Amino acid sequence: MANLWTITWRELKAYFASPIAYVVSALFLATVGFLFALILLNGREASLRGVFSNMNFLLLLVAPAITMRLLAEEQRMGTIELLLTAPVHDWQVVVGKFLGSVILFATMLLGPTLYYVLLIGLMGKPDYGPILTGYIGIFLLGASFLAIGVFASALTQNQIVAYFIGIAILIMLWIADAGSAISGTGNLIGSALSYLAITKHFTDFFRGVVSLTDVIYAFSVIAVALFLATQLLQTRRWR
Amino acid sequence: MENGNVMIQAQNLAKMYGNAHALRDVTFEVQKGEILGFLGPNGAGKTTTMRILTGFMPPSAGSARVAGFDVFTDSIEVRKRIGYLPESVPLYYEMSVWDYLDFAARLRGVKDRDTAIERAMEMTNISERADQLIGKLSKGYKQRVGIAQAIVHNPEVLILDEPTIGLDPKQIIEIRNLIKSLAGDHTVILSTHILPEVSQTCSRILIINDGKIVAEDTPERLTARVRGAEHIHLQVAQPAPEIPTEIEKVQGVLGVTAKGDNEYEIETNLGADRRADIAALAVQRGWGVLEMRPVSMSLEEVFLKLTTEEKSAGDGE
Repeated sequence: MANLWTITWRELKAYFASPIAYVVSALFLATVGFLFALILLNGREASLRGVFSNMNFLLLLVAPAITMRLLAEEQRMGTIELLLTAPVHDWQVVVGKFLGSVILFATMLLGPTLYYVLLIGLMGKPDYGPILTGYIGIFLLGASFLAIGVFASALTQNQIVAYFIGIAILIMLWIADAGSAISGTGNLIGSALSYLAITKHFTDFFRGVVSLTDVIYAFSVIAVALFLATQLLQTRRWR
Repeated sequence: MENGNVMIQAQNLAKMYGNAHALRDVTFEVQKGEILGFLGPNGAGKTTTMRILTGFMPPSAGSARVAGFDVFTDSIEVRKRIGYLPESVPLYYEMSVWDYLDFAARLRGVKDRDTAIERAMEMTNISERADQLIGKLSKGYKQRVGIAQAIVHNPEVLILDEPTIGLDPKQIIEIRNLIKSLAGDHTVILSTHILPEVSQTCSRILIINDGKIVAEDTPERLTARVRGAEHIHLQVAQPAPEIPTEIEKVQGVLGVTAKGDNEYEIETNLGADRRADIAALAVQRGWGVLEMRPVSMSLEEVFLKLTTEEKSAGDGE
């Protein structure tokens, strides 16, 4: 556990030492803030449902930017040799870095949006249930995206390549649903594709419903992505 | 051959990258407290061997043990005991020297980190740079931070891949002295392609070429072994055409070659010093000896001879 935290802590410090964390969170918050204002002024509804749905798409662009550096840069700079020859397991390196990105996401991206809750609470009578589950949902969605980003970062030494691979995988998962239109919905492929479709699993959260399937889905995506990233790290040793 | 003093043991190590052999059948031992030098041209397999010993990559065949633990099956135990400086120094440029060493110490589970970091910084002479960002340091300082990282947890075994590369002559001497001072308590393997480095720091040398060990001995004995005979350089005031034939009559002399107008190179049996006999002969004949000295083969020559011999033997296969 101490090893894991050591890696997470270093990663967090690295985030705040580079402009990327500030740039990404500023862009994210500016866009989300603009959308929040727009939705609020047009809808005049004390809820964050619209905002959550929009964050959804923004995170597809933002999450790979947060994770692109994590393993790609270590491989490019050779610092991976320090980590992989230290008395640390490979999975601890991967999970430690993932946790670093999750903490950054929670504090720098999600954290500041909490004042929206305050605002609509002051101006109206919001139903706090869906807001809470919405936050749980968007957090799980973000974490899933970040895990996929970590996997993409393990694939290459180049951050930019890692970013685009991350986006490509996320878009595939995003539109997997549409594939079932081709394969038909009744069959195995159709239902597999529609299960894979990532955003479908998070719309319920925004309406105030936490379903076990969706939570399991999020944790499965995270586990599979991080497992594959660890395997990739290990295969580097065999090459 | 298991005994209490063997710290590192490599048995028939082999490594393939695709179809290319990076290492074949490498076997060696390092005793506790010894400094072993890996010498070889770039791409000979030095880094590969070190990466196997540190658990960075597994061998394709063969096995290795460090402090009694298998590098593959007990990798974590081995890594706890090793300090490693990879060829490309693994530095995080955005961190300060202190933070970086603190990170390295935490990774290795060091208890009293402040003391350990201060000690490592003192040994590598970087104490005054503690708060500087690594990215802003000169190449020499970066290299020393890399070494500090390798010794911060006071490991039993130190594996240093090209530790003095990129340093200026003064820093090279400092680092060599540091490495020498670590011997005894620590077992050290260092690799280099610079020959004086091994002759000055190492107690034993292992010459690797093309993935194979071509020689293993102390610097002095390696030189002697390759030579096969002693050589004496002779310079006289009065050169005469009969000098070579006259000297060849001296017992133990194998041959004489003229090296210019008044200089000769005399080859004698290994271990036999014939200088007194030759001097007596020269005085008797009135040649007027200006200079007479034994010629020792430099490690450069040893190295070239061994590695080129290996190449021609390999071509013949």
